[in-house]
Amino acid sequence: MNTVIRNGRVIDPANKRDEVGDLFIVDGKIAAKGNDKDAEVIDANGLVVAPGLIDLHVHLREPGFGWKETIESGARAAAAGGFTTIVCMPNTSPVADSPGTIGWIRDRAAEVACVNVLPSGAISKGLMGEELAPIGSLKQAGVVAITDDGRCVQNNELMRRAVEYARMVGVPVLDHCQDYNLVGNGVVHEGYWSTLLGLPGWPRIGEEVIVMRNILLADCCDHHVHCQHLSAAGSVRLLREARARGVKISGEVCPHHIALTDDAIQNFDTNFKMNPPVRAKEDVAALLEGIADGTIEILGSDHAPHAQFEKEVEFDAAPFGIVGLETEVGLFLDLLVHKNRTIELPRLIEMFTVNPARLLRIDAGTLSVGQAGDITLIDPDLEWTVDASKFQSMSRNTPFDGWKLKGRAVRTIVGGKTVWAL
Amino acid sequence: MSSEIRWQRKDLLGIRELSAEEITFLLDTADAFKDVGTREIKKVPALRGKTLVNFFVEPSTRTRTSFEIAAIRLSADVINISASSSSLIKGETLKDTAKILEAYHADLIVIRHGSSGAPQFLAQRLKSSIINAGDGAHEHPTQALLDLYTIRSRKGAIAGLHVVIIGDILFSRVARSNIFALLKLGAHVTLVGPSTLVPREFEKLGVTVSHKLDEALETADVVNLLRIQHERQRKEYFPGIGEYIRLFGLTKERGRRLKPDCLIMHPGPINRGVEIDSELADGPQSVILEQVTNGLAVRMAVLYLCGGIATP
Repeated sequence: MNTVIRNGRVIDPANKRDEVGDLFIVDGKIAAKGNDKDAEVIDANGLVVAPGLIDLHVHLREPGFGWKETIESGARAAAAGGFTTIVCMPNTSPVADSPGTIGWIRDRAAEVACVNVLPSGAISKGLMGEELAPIGSLKQAGVVAITDDGRCVQNNELMRRAVEYARMVGVPVLDHCQDYNLVGNGVVHEGYWSTLLGLPGWPRIGEEVIVMRNILLADCCDHHVHCQHLSAAGSVRLLREARARGVKISGEVCPHHIALTDDAIQNFDTNFKMNPPVRAKEDVAALLEGIADGTIEILGSDHAPHAQFEKEVEFDAAPFGIVGLETEVGLFLDLLVHKNRTIELPRLIEMFTVNPARLLRIDAGTLSVGQAGDITLIDPDLEWTVDASKFQSMSRNTPFDGWKLKGRAVRTIVGGKTVWAL
Repeated sequence: MSSEIRWQRKDLLGIRELSAEEITFLLDTADAFKDVGTREIKKVPALRGKTLVNFFVEPSTRTRTSFEIAAIRLSADVINISASSSSLIKGETLKDTAKILEAYHADLIVIRHGSSGAPQFLAQRLKSSIINAGDGAHEHPTQALLDLYTIRSRKGAIAGLHVVIIGDILFSRVARSNIFALLKLGAHVTLVGPSTLVPREFEKLGVTVSHKLDEALETADVVNLLRIQHERQRKEYFPGIGEYIRLFGLTKERGRRLKPDCLIMHPGPINRGVEIDSELADGPQSVILEQVTNGLAVRMAVLYLCGGIATP
């Protein structure tokens, strides 16, 4: 079965293409030509035709936490959010720190997932931050990155060796930046609202100190370290300076860190509890500035599903995190392209496609002839209302229920096959 | 008592959401209950037939006892549940425990909890009246009300007074509720303590932050001393008890700087010789025991108003 996508605005940042035209998929791959005979014809008039979007920061919860999300439901949520490729984090049970677990995830994904699921592996055994996981074997088993996400290696010597070793193996290191001593039992941004509400503060410096550490290690080891879910103004400044010097360091921003500020926590709603926490106006401004000037070149969701009964507890007892896959594209389009005019649409697509693909060294994120037919159709001006009860994800822990957004993905095509359509 | 002001709240969750009028109304209502404890029959029928649950997830003797006596004097039936006797330690969630209390038709639930926002959590989910008896480092509204009641009964008014709160402000719910209440009623508030326990962020609330106790004491109309946690629990925050006393302890020598009519207050329990010298705690300026007595009247007023009964 072949596919022809007619009359869309084809945006392919890797090939510097932005024009109204047709796109052909033949035998599941992007082709230079095709015809309507025996083909599914999709009218993309008024829509953007983009390379399939990539989210490099997703928690699929399997193995071990299938009541929050499964590989199958998480992949459906990704498809509904416009993603054709997602990278799942290793903080499962068991932890994805062995080739066996990586193999299980890949087998399971091949069986049930409607999008491409790429596993990441742990940096340290059991995410304990004490000894290296078998990074070479993990790479051979198919991981695209290593990370202790959810945790952060505190031992700088171990982290240095991990970065050195990862360079040899050829996988990027992703890091959740959190200094445990500085953060302590912090649950919300340390500032006015934490002071007012008496909630333990999670200070900016708890992130910035590790961003600085990672810059030094990336420089010292000449290898790529990517700082996940950045939240603090100082992190952006550190990154900007280091990148100007050519250090192999990058950062990612999640929608909630630009959509929300810490005043959102005043009703103790645990759907506003995430790690790192939502911060102050000046942090949002700095993140937007970093996105505008290219300091930040990758976007992610940190999709973190939790069941209602887990989230519906005392604020400081609740798990961190929110679901994000199904609101991510809408929020970024609405906030970055429409409301704040931080960037234009082609750059947003670049941040979701070729940029993460380069970091992960995967053959994806472009519309080059011969590539897998992974395509996302986007209606950048569609106005819609978030309805958590309709999520494909098994979990509903979102602070954005009821938000009115402009722009969303309307069709997701993986290997030439439509896996989701609005 | 003003007849226009109506108490509209089923819950008392904190001071921050109250207006100055509501606070004054609560204090006036407490006045009406003040005498009950000195009568031969220490009981009024205001809450007869109502069930009050003292739900203390974090240990407390003083506040729990005060609420219990207040409820008994209002003729309510009182059940005490503590963390060790509740199913919370068996893994039951707060929501489930609370739903069970509601299924017993508890009219009022007085909650003490280590997590900020736990009373809000209950109030959003239950029809019962929820009274906050202290949540995390957030609020302890009845403590602030009894402090204000004590100040008002001694000084006549709150507005214009200089109140100095000394000690571990960062982790203190008593401090926060006092700050909110005092500012709403027009007092000037100075917070004094180590910079690690009195962060500058507090200035945004409208108070003065100082680390010089001697200066602050000279103009104080009221000093309120907070219990300082043992150094084992706060070892990153200050070097030790000895240094704390040297810099921030209300010693006898420092006591001489106080104006003669300055009130000395403490929410208890006192660490004698740490935040306050023993002689000062028992001296003529101390109103520490009055606070305890006034606490009963204030809590009766709170239970009575939130319990939704007509004016006595």
